[in-house]
Amino acid sequence: MHGRVKVKSTAQQEEEKRKEREKKLKAFVSARDAVLRKRSAGEHDEEALQLTQQLLSSNPDFATLWNYRREVLLQLETSREKDEVQKLYESELHFIEACLKVNPKSYGCWHHRSWVNTRLPQPDWTRELGLCDRCLSLDERNFHCWDYRRVVVKESGVSVEQELQFTDRLIGSNFSNYSSWHYRSTLLPQLHPQPIHSHRVCEEQLLKEYELAHNAFFTDPNDQSAWFYYRWLLGRGVCVCIFNCLCQLCDLPPGSVSDISNEHNLTVHWTEKYTHRDCALYTGEHRERRSVACVCVCGRSELSVEKSSVLQAELQSCNQLLELEPQNKWCLLTIILLMRALDPLGHEKETLAHFQTLKEVDPMRSSYYSDLCSKFLIENTILKMEYAEVRVFSLSNKNLTTLCHLDQLLLVTHINLSSNQLLRLPPQFAMLQCLEVLEADDNAIESLEGLYHLPKLEEVSLRNNQICKLSDLESLASCTKLTRLDLRGNPVHKTANIDSELSQLLPLVTALSL
Amino acid sequence: MFLLYFKTWRIPVLKICCVHFGYCVFKCVYFSVRHDIACHVTVCSFKMAAEDLPSQFDVVILGTGLTESVIAAACSRVGQSVLHLDRRNYYAGNWASFTFNGLLSWIEEYKNQQKVQITESEQVWRSLIDEGEDVVPLSSVDSSISNLEVFCYASEEEEKEEETKAPLTSCQPVNAETVSEETTGDSTEAQDTVTEPSQSQEEKDSQPISSPADPPVEVEKKITYQKLVKEGRRFNIDLVSKLMYSRGALVDLLIKSNVSRYAEFKNIGHILTCRNGKVEQVPCSRADVFASKQLTVVEKRMLMKFLTFCLDFEQHPEEYQDYTEKPFREFLKNKKLTENLQDFVLHSIAMVTQQTLTEEGLKATQHFLRCLGRYGNTPFLFPLYGLGEIPQCFCRMCAVFGGIYCLRHSVQCLVVDKASNKVKAVIDTRGQKISCSHFVVEDSYIRDEQRQSTAYRQISRAVLITDRSVLPSESDQQISLVTIPPLESSAPAVRMVELCSSSMTCMPGTYLVHLTCSSSGTAQEDLAPVVSELFHVSTIPGEEPSEGAEERSKPAVLWVMYFNMRDTSALDSSSYSLPSNVHVCTGPDGSLGSDCSIKLAESVFHHILPDEEFCPPAPNPEDIIYDGDGPQAEGPGFDESVNTEAEEEGAAHEKNPSTEPAEMDSVADTTPSSEE
Repeated sequence: MHGRVKVKSTAQQEEEKRKEREKKLKAFVSARDAVLRKRSAGEHDEEALQLTQQLLSSNPDFATLWNYRREVLLQLETSREKDEVQKLYESELHFIEACLKVNPKSYGCWHHRSWVNTRLPQPDWTRELGLCDRCLSLDERNFHCWDYRRVVVKESGVSVEQELQFTDRLIGSNFSNYSSWHYRSTLLPQLHPQPIHSHRVCEEQLLKEYELAHNAFFTDPNDQSAWFYYRWLLGRGVCVCIFNCLCQLCDLPPGSVSDISNEHNLTVHWTEKYTHRDCALYTGEHRERRSVACVCVCGRSELSVEKSSVLQAELQSCNQLLELEPQNKWCLLTIILLMRALDPLGHEKETLAHFQTLKEVDPMRSSYYSDLCSKFLIENTILKMEYAEVRVFSLSNKNLTTLCHLDQLLLVTHINLSSNQLLRLPPQFAMLQCLEVLEADDNAIESLEGLYHLPKLEEVSLRNNQICKLSDLESLASCTKLTRLDLRGNPVHKTANIDSELSQLLPLVTALSL
Repeated sequence: MFLLYFKTWRIPVLKICCVHFGYCVFKCVYFSVRHDIACHVTVCSFKMAAEDLPSQFDVVILGTGLTESVIAAACSRVGQSVLHLDRRNYYAGNWASFTFNGLLSWIEEYKNQQKVQITESEQVWRSLIDEGEDVVPLSSVDSSISNLEVFCYASEEEEKEEETKAPLTSCQPVNAETVSEETTGDSTEAQDTVTEPSQSQEEKDSQPISSPADPPVEVEKKITYQKLVKEGRRFNIDLVSKLMYSRGALVDLLIKSNVSRYAEFKNIGHILTCRNGKVEQVPCSRADVFASKQLTVVEKRMLMKFLTFCLDFEQHPEEYQDYTEKPFREFLKNKKLTENLQDFVLHSIAMVTQQTLTEEGLKATQHFLRCLGRYGNTPFLFPLYGLGEIPQCFCRMCAVFGGIYCLRHSVQCLVVDKASNKVKAVIDTRGQKISCSHFVVEDSYIRDEQRQSTAYRQISRAVLITDRSVLPSESDQQISLVTIPPLESSAPAVRMVELCSSSMTCMPGTYLVHLTCSSSGTAQEDLAPVVSELFHVSTIPGEEPSEGAEERSKPAVLWVMYFNMRDTSALDSSSYSLPSNVHVCTGPDGSLGSDCSIKLAESVFHHILPDEEFCPPAPNPEDIIYDGDGPQAEGPGFDESVNTEAEEEGAAHEKNPSTEPAEMDSVADTTPSSEE
């Protein structure tokens, strides 16, 4: 038809493209072989630079070639004047820039660039910063560039304030940027260094940061980058730390534990580098073992009043957001964490309700939430025990899915874990050296590996669980004082000769219910 | 004489053809566009003096506005022979962009047209009409512009370095008449250049597109009227003020058809609104909302929630179905958006009126939001050198595929076959009868006798040159869209686009401001209150703004023009009594986007050629099979459009056959280097 441009058919196009590709591949392979031959012959000349340049400009991810190039450059460097060396490496930088255009996420390129800068007699850091800015404006999440930028910043001595402004700018253009938020979290402590707590941020700055995070998560509550940062911020204001006591205690250098013995308790003043905590050690049964088999209690530093008021305000703004977004999981989770930091016992009921909502809105992570909830419940119970100074631990019918902080229950003599959803008694359970009675009815326990070498254990009730095999009960044999065992409602009772097998395995058990 | 012209233009033509099918769009392509078109014009107008146009075309198109140009490009692209005419001496009709001097002569032309009584001679073409043929005369007067007023507030004092002109006596605001008298010299010059786009390449080169605009003129130095005239070529003043929605029909078409390579674009940096006399930023994107200092965090959430809902509101009919019959405003209230947010959404994001119904408002909001993020943080693009570029880009596309262009050349009347009631030919202003199977015409060429209804609306327009931006910010090179909610509830909302000098529409140190609203009175009545609210309008030209800090904070108006433009966009084919193969294109409408015009172009195209694709992409150069066989023929000559031209210019070739091949070769050699 008149006026129409004739166009090749697709098959024709494909064929041509294929031929083109083949030609390219052939050229690439022969060049590669030539370069590798040169390298093994130990030739370090200009030609090598040229050949590798050709190859790398089409494929900048060829690490061997970058290595070879470095060898050549080091060789050439020795025979040149200083300003010639400068020129040599500057042209190298130009070349890398071209390669970065081919693949801005090439490990080889960025690494080589750092290396070249260390070799340059007079490195131009301003230009390097400019390059990073350009790269990041094209892809703000290019972590290679972020890494490289950190090196540049360190070398060029850019002020922390400037860097903070830089993150401001990037976050302003798109706040879904983990790298920027994270970078901020490393900058802020440097900005207002505090002599005692080097990792903490001053109050005034903190309030600004809270506002920034509010803006982000009120704008888009589903964007997790801001929430992560927010959680980091909350962690700056308070010190919620729970010690793993026993092991650490033993590792402490002599003299750091000054113990004042009295009849029942041992108070330990514990001085670590900057922090200073007190905790009471309950004396254990001295007669049995010399080791301080005793202990412990979490060191949970109380919040200062002003810090609590900040957190209280944060809790309010989160609650405000929750009103608008009752289904938002990040908000729910943050509220739970805030409540825990403020008053774990006082907010227990609300916390449990929020966990329930969380499991509904985010069913994919419901097991995670259950575990977390279990952990919090256990912590709360420990707290209550602490206040009451009792040695009975009872958490029945709380939907526990996992056990933790067992190390803090060393002095407990009675444990009731009935009517939960536990699947196992983990190895850490063996820490309960004072345990005498264990009730764990109505769970789904399959494994008893934690009931091992418990010297005082006398009575175990495991009604309605999922213990199937006789071998699952083997660990019980190491509990020398065990006399009462209730295994009713477990599949194991179907095993043939179960009675005789059991009495053989556990000869000391006198009261056995099957 | 002809050869001389021909040779001068030949090189750019061939060059363009190479570039046209190239992968890369070089900076120079832009300039080539202008040369290309200018060249077609030159060739054609010369030919007309020497000989007649071909006597047969598939489609004759009268008017070079956006709709007509798109139709021309679409028809030519699929192989139709197209003759594209315009009675004006510039491209794009009411879509045109003018240099300052060009605009002054346009104003003068308008004033003259008001005075001159048109006498028509019918006799010339009477003899060309056969039996069984009827005649539909077309209008030779364009009455789409009215109420034009011009005021100048820039100082009339001459610049110190200039010593040519005597100081002007007048100290009063000058009206159009005086303005045009002063600039007769310039205006004739402007007319001689045939079209505004044919500015010399060197001049364009002096304003490299990518470089940041020249440093702003020092505040102390006043911009005089002489300066505006002297620097007049740096202006590209649009008659219509529109932006391109980045997911609108126009952008889609530009991309689809590859016409986008003929132009360059800048995105709109600021979306602003004016409330209580204060200009402020509209938070419309996620980043804006995040950064906004005016909104509380709860407002941020409410706004984001609402905007997210709008993005796929069709999925949630339960949210709005009770409001389908009620105004959008009420729906916003019901959504518990604060007063603040309601204003933002209604006026600046949806850009609808108080009366607009909910569903339409939601659609408008959705459209706005979908456009975000495609090209940066705002939903709009603006073509560098002005909106008038766009119709010309399509004209170029048409020309590349063989369309023929003649400016200052119109159609006197249509020849209608009585039996079929179809147009079979047209008689042009030179008295030639040209047969065609379809005739496309811009609304302003239609006589009132052919109209069924004359109920069209009007658009009020104001064009201002100012010395400063309404919202000074870190970067002074931002294009801003400002929506100004009605001052009184009865008045229409005003839309303002402020262009900076890096948009290549005004001289450095100035801003070009376009105001648009649907008319309720004359343009001046509608828009002068807004102008005086946002700008400092001095009473005496060149006077320093008064000392009041508030006044000083407003940008000063240097020059202003008001006019009304007819808005025929509501009319459709039933509004005219014309043969069925006459397709009327309505002029620009008052909305911000150009979707209406593009949709019209597409529907006309499908009417003419129901089975053809609308503006398919131009092929890649590698995929074109060259005439006379496969391996890359030497340089140019592979493009059919070149052949077409060659045929048309056959006479010239014959006259000097020996030089032609040599010239072709030399062109082939120089082409690659000249592109760099």
